[in-house]
Amino acid sequence: MEETAEFVSNAGEDSASVAAVTMDVDNGLIEDDKSKDAEVAPALIAVHPFEKSVAVAVGFELRLFDLEGNCSVSLVDDSGGPSHSDAIRAIKFGANGRLFASAGDDKLVKIWATNPWHCIRTVSAEKRVSAVAISHNGHYVAFADKFGLVWLIGLEGDNAKQSNNDKKAVMILGHYCSIITRLEFSPDDRFIASADRDFKIRVTVFPKQSLKGAHEIQSFCLGHTDFVSCLAFAYPSGCANGYLLSGSGDSTVRLWDFISGVLLATCEVGAKVGSLEPNGTEDAQSPISDLCASSDGSIIAVALQYSNRVALLSCDFSNGNLSVAKVVTLEENYFPTSLGSSSLSKCLWMVMGASNLPMPGSAQLPTRLRIISGLRKDPSDYHCHDPIILEDNEVPGGQKLLSELQGSLDVTKEEAALAAAAAAVKASMRNMMIKKEYTLERREMRKKNRNDRKIK
Amino acid sequence: MSDNTGTKVKGQSCRLPRKRFYRARAHSNPLSDSHFPIPICPAEFDYSHHYPYFFPSGGEDHKNGSASPRKVRFADIGCGFGGLLVSLSRLFPDTLMLGMELRDKVTEYVKERILALRASNPGQYENISVVRTNSMKYLPNYFGKAQLSKMFFLFPDPHFKEKNHRRRVISLQLLDEYAYALELGGIIYTMTDVEELGDWMRSCLEDHPLFEAVSEEELEADPVVKLLTSATEEGQKVARNGGQTFRAIFRRIKFEEE
Ligand SMILES: C[S@@+](CC[C@H](N)C(=O)[O-])C[C@H]1O[C@@H](n2cnc3c(N)ncnc32)[C@H](O)[C@@H]1O
Repeated sequence: MEETAEFVSNAGEDSASVAAVTMDVDNGLIEDDKSKDAEVAPALIAVHPFEKSVAVAVGFELRLFDLEGNCSVSLVDDSGGPSHSDAIRAIKFGANGRLFASAGDDKLVKIWATNPWHCIRTVSAEKRVSAVAISHNGHYVAFADKFGLVWLIGLEGDNAKQSNNDKKAVMILGHYCSIITRLEFSPDDRFIASADRDFKIRVTVFPKQSLKGAHEIQSFCLGHTDFVSCLAFAYPSGCANGYLLSGSGDSTVRLWDFISGVLLATCEVGAKVGSLEPNGTEDAQSPISDLCASSDGSIIAVALQYSNRVALLSCDFSNGNLSVAKVVTLEENYFPTSLGSSSLSKCLWMVMGASNLPMPGSAQLPTRLRIISGLRKDPSDYHCHDPIILEDNEVPGGQKLLSELQGSLDVTKEEAALAAAAAAVKASMRNMMIKKEYTLERREMRKKNRNDRKIK
Repeated sequence: MSDNTGTKVKGQSCRLPRKRFYRARAHSNPLSDSHFPIPICPAEFDYSHHYPYFFPSGGEDHKNGSASPRKVRFADIGCGFGGLLVSLSRLFPDTLMLGMELRDKVTEYVKERILALRASNPGQYENISVVRTNSMKYLPNYFGKAQLSKMFFLFPDPHFKEKNHRRRVISLQLLDEYAYALELGGIIYTMTDVEELGDWMRSCLEDHPLFEAVSEEELEADPVVKLLTSATEEGQKVARNGGQTFRAIFRRIKFEEE
């Protein structure tokens, strides 16, 4: 059956196009390793849930600032494993702030205790890591690799004893050959949501014996017409059920009943906010780069890839209504690459930066940190209270924090650095899009399917 | 409606299309990406295009008394030239079935075959259709949770090399998606003439907590089982050559934590 008379291979038949799209597993099916040099990882930010510390990752550097002690943190590594040596792609605090995880292109997943800060475990992945999540009870760290597989590391009980770094993680589920962009546990740890570059969001039941695999799919949330870049669970007070929010390359943020997979609302953030294309023209299609939501969903902040505007959304969960409540415009060249917030404060932390930045005369990769304060739980408050972009001297931790987290950013050269960062980020994002060989077709499809975005 | 198709087809391709005009590459790489349209979600799947007899445009599903619209219930994954669909169509004339095939020319052949059968047998073969798609990537775009009662994986490409096992259409991870699409009690039929692949498919199914083997007695009684070898083009070929087949037929069960 391997070769059959009927199945004569015919050189004429679309072999050229097949060859063009045949991306072999080993050549990096989704990932063309040759283009890796040109690939730039956006800078990331994560804020401790009780605002005890804040972390910024850029390239292989992990920078930490202790907000309580008002001092920088030097990282101790007891795990015996190697340090990060390539771009960090994901960082995350656990729900109670005791754990932190970092992972990326060096195929390392590092798990840290935060009080005091030290690395408790380094796990080697088989492939580059694209996303991490920590279960809310702190018992598990999940991570996803470039092949679309999700792996689990147990931290409690028997699993904790095998704390040697060679102990491999266990594969629990997979998206077939699509890079997973985000992983999130539901706040009750009953579900794990995974989003990919093929516009798919999968919600899987996270079983008690989860190291045996997570095979029962609760739902697929399908509706995005481009890659899904970010996810957040929201459990509004007074609602029996939780919801899932997602942002995408299709420039929308969507609200899902993740139990059924039903799309409840679509907010065309790009069209509402407007954003600048690299050539300076307005583009309603700017991809959503990050989304940050308070656990009750009352505050939802959204960043767009080519935009210096952050959208604050207002969500009426029970009536399935998602709209832009407020747009905050930042300085001209500021495009946040990552958003973060704690569970306490009404501050949105933002960072802009990228790995592989050509920065002559600078030892460290520059990033630029910004904070918007005065976010409101009730978006109608924005009528009389504008959110405020903090000046550098108003930032918690002040100059000390900035010099720690921004690296060797020289504010006198700030303009040049920011422009370079912005350009690199744009390049990286464009790479992320064109890496898919079918972007053209997908664009066509997006055009054709524009009606679907009207679905409520 | 079927009159329409009839006149259009008449004189032109009323005869069954001949396979040799639809030669194709021996195997496609399921990892390569798509150049075909994919429904955004199952609700976007165009039933009136595929099953016009059951979904006359503008009208309701007139063959269905109940309130909820009829949906595809059987999926033939990697349907090849469509022999199984054609036989199943006669056995279950009221059940909608969809073949999924990666190769363009082969899909075109099946489309023509179905249109020709519909034209020369008015009122029949209206319940089968085919899409060109990569089932390994896009199955959830076509079928919702628990929508299917039967899934067929017959004589799939073997992908012998260890490093290519990831391309196999049956794997522990993909079975999650098949379990999602199948209703409780739904049946997954797999068959191959490659012993190693047969072992692989069986062990994947045995290791998966959402499937259990269907008993031999039940298989005896299931009229579909006989078609697996007699109706598929590949099955017929194996039979002609006196080859052996290996089957693994499992049922979707509820997830029970020990
Ligand atoms: C050897 S044929 C078997 C055909 C048919 N089931 C039979 O028994 O006669 C396997 C078929 O699966 C198709 N196929 C392989 N991978 C596929 C995928 N990912 N999605 C859809 N079809 C696929 C191939 O193009 C091929 O036509």
